[in-house]
Amino acid sequence: MNDLKIRKLVVTVEETHREQGRPVQPATRKALAIAVIENPFAGRFVEDLEPLIAIGEALGGLLGDRAVAALGIRPGEAESYGKAAIVGEAGELEHAAALLHPRMGKPLRVAVEKGAALVPSAKKMGGIGTPIDVPLGHKDAAFVRSHFDAIEARLADAPRANEILVAIVVTDSGRPLPRVGGLTTAEMEGKDGLR
Amino acid sequence: MDLIEIRKIVTCREEIFHEGGPPAAVPLIRGAVAAVLRNPYAGRYEPDIMPMMKALEPVGLDMARRLIAAMGVEPARIQGYGKGAIVGAAGELEHGALWHVPGGYAMRALLGDAKAIVPSTKKLGGPGTRLDVPVTHINASYVRSHFDAMEVGLADGPKANELVYILVMTTGSRIHARVGGLNAAEIVGKDGLR
Repeated sequence: MNDLKIRKLVVTVEETHREQGRPVQPATRKALAIAVIENPFAGRFVEDLEPLIAIGEALGGLLGDRAVAALGIRPGEAESYGKAAIVGEAGELEHAAALLHPRMGKPLRVAVEKGAALVPSAKKMGGIGTPIDVPLGHKDAAFVRSHFDAIEARLADAPRANEILVAIVVTDSGRPLPRVGGLTTAEMEGKDGLR
Repeated sequence: MDLIEIRKIVTCREEIFHEGGPPAAVPLIRGAVAAVLRNPYAGRYEPDIMPMMKALEPVGLDMARRLIAAMGVEPARIQGYGKGAIVGAAGELEHGALWHVPGGYAMRALLGDAKAIVPSTKKLGGPGTRLDVPVTHINASYVRSHFDAMEVGLADGPKANELVYILVMTTGSRIHARVGGLNAAEIVGKDGLR
């Protein structure tokens, strides 16, 4: 991938052991994998975004694998996922769309095994230090209520104007103490990606 | 109630390939671990807080082990370190100072004979507060290429009655270090300074 120029890779794992003083057993865990890449189209309008689409495909595998590895789980043990991008000021929002939507999903689904559900996503423009809340949903059934969640992604030093921050999140669990009803993982079928 | 009650543990591994200059032959790895704990002294003035310092020793060791594991490197590759604390609003700065001994002890226990003082910083803050944790060379504080800092924090802590204790380690110098000064190859390594 000649166009993929990564300045840094950051992987964060967050474990929640207690919520409101109550033990969470086993602890819920989220892995956030971030790449800071050069935006090949910074500062100019380019009609054909195929090179960014190809970069998105490469990052789907790279960041998906990194997140699963950081959790120390087998791919099939992944439960929910999400993705997001922040485009530096010399780019445009459509650059995030090119990275996230056309081809990132397929290699990500290989990384987490299956993944019948839509990968929830968020995108925005931003300067250095901008945070983005990455939405999360169950990977096989989007309506599983216990797995609706989000995690904030932020780097102190990115994105620069000519960069894009790309984030993929994989978890092996839902919220710490879910109790608002709805579809549960025990009831889901996981065929149509919804229920 | 136990003095130690951990709500969250967060590890972070950064792999830095370049910063606009030529990509390094070996990427720099910087790692951080943060633990969010209940502050047993929140909301009151407690004259004797030393029991917590003792209770933090195994917490520090566990955090240091997690950090090195998350960085995915042998302890011998660690060249820089730092530590810090963020104290929730119902605590006092002195509760952050409890981390000096157990935090430093834990890293030295795993890194062998690290000579240099562990640089540190601390402050009070609410959820989302970020701390710039200073980093210096583990054997000689004056090694200029290794002066660095890593911003650490999390969106949902510390709550008013919580503490966030942090350890940071790095595998080398800043990625394009070139401002002279004491070089890592020139370290005498006896006094922890040069």
